[in-house]
Amino acid sequence: MYTAASFAAGFVFGLGLLVAGMANPAKVLAFLDLAGAWDPSLALVMAAAIAVGAGAFAFVKKRTRTLLGAPVLLPSPRRIDTRLVLGSLVFGVGWGLAGICPGPALVLAGTGSAKGFVFLAAMIAGNGIFEFFEGRKRVASGSAPMRS
Amino acid sequence: MSIAWNAFTPATALIGGAIIGVAVALFVVLNGRIAGVSGILGGLARPEAGDVSWRVAFVAGLVAAPLAWGLLAVLPEIRVDAGFPALVAAGLLVGAGTRYGGGCTSGHGVCGVSRASPRSIAATVAFMAAGFATVFVACHLIAP
Repeated sequence: MYTAASFAAGFVFGLGLLVAGMANPAKVLAFLDLAGAWDPSLALVMAAAIAVGAGAFAFVKKRTRTLLGAPVLLPSPRRIDTRLVLGSLVFGVGWGLAGICPGPALVLAGTGSAKGFVFLAAMIAGNGIFEFFEGRKRVASGSAPMRS
Repeated sequence: MSIAWNAFTPATALIGGAIIGVAVALFVVLNGRIAGVSGILGGLARPEAGDVSWRVAFVAGLVAAPLAWGLLAVLPEIRVDAGFPALVAAGLLVGAGTRYGGGCTSGHGVCGVSRASPRSIAATVAFMAAGFATVFVACHLIAP
């Protein structure tokens, strides 16, 4: 049941990206190009998604179980640290280079785009870099793995 | 700054954004989790029992969306201007950066901001600023 709900959520997410034009890297880059011919569409996509999402998060806020009975697992750390900011800056540079972030990368791969596959493979390799260094740190400190 | 009115698509942006919001809502109301693509995908790097199928299903849903769309209609325009070396560099930076930053446009930008999480707001400001700066350097300083 959770698996079916998860597939449905991913599927609807992908449709939303396609409708919004956000699976099109050229359109994303046109948003990031403030000094050029600026396309503000991405800001409206985020605003609409956040407006709907805020209602859902307000609904689950006081609950410990979801409608399907799963535990509500929302992140609780609130500290803004260097790792968060530096990681996000690095992500932003990569996003600005190609106009692709993780969700659209998967949608692009689904369109059969060769460039989409290359980006996705590199993104998974980038993931591997993180896992490699984090794995070494874990071995060194003997701490339990952190799940995201 | 000049707005490209011919490229601006407010109606589909709002509708598509609302559909993304519905996906995020479905996921948290049914599965109790943040629909953050980088974290969902990244969690597959170290698979744990009982923690794999929902991740694979979410990823499969994202990949299946354009496949299903393509069966029923013509896919919307998709243009990737970046060349292969830039795509490899971008993918590596996005892959590593989102894991260190603990999220991407979906997890921090949509879900985190929806929850008014200070960490997510900081992350979103950081990756947006870096994205704006990178495009400025790439399009106006290096190759104007």
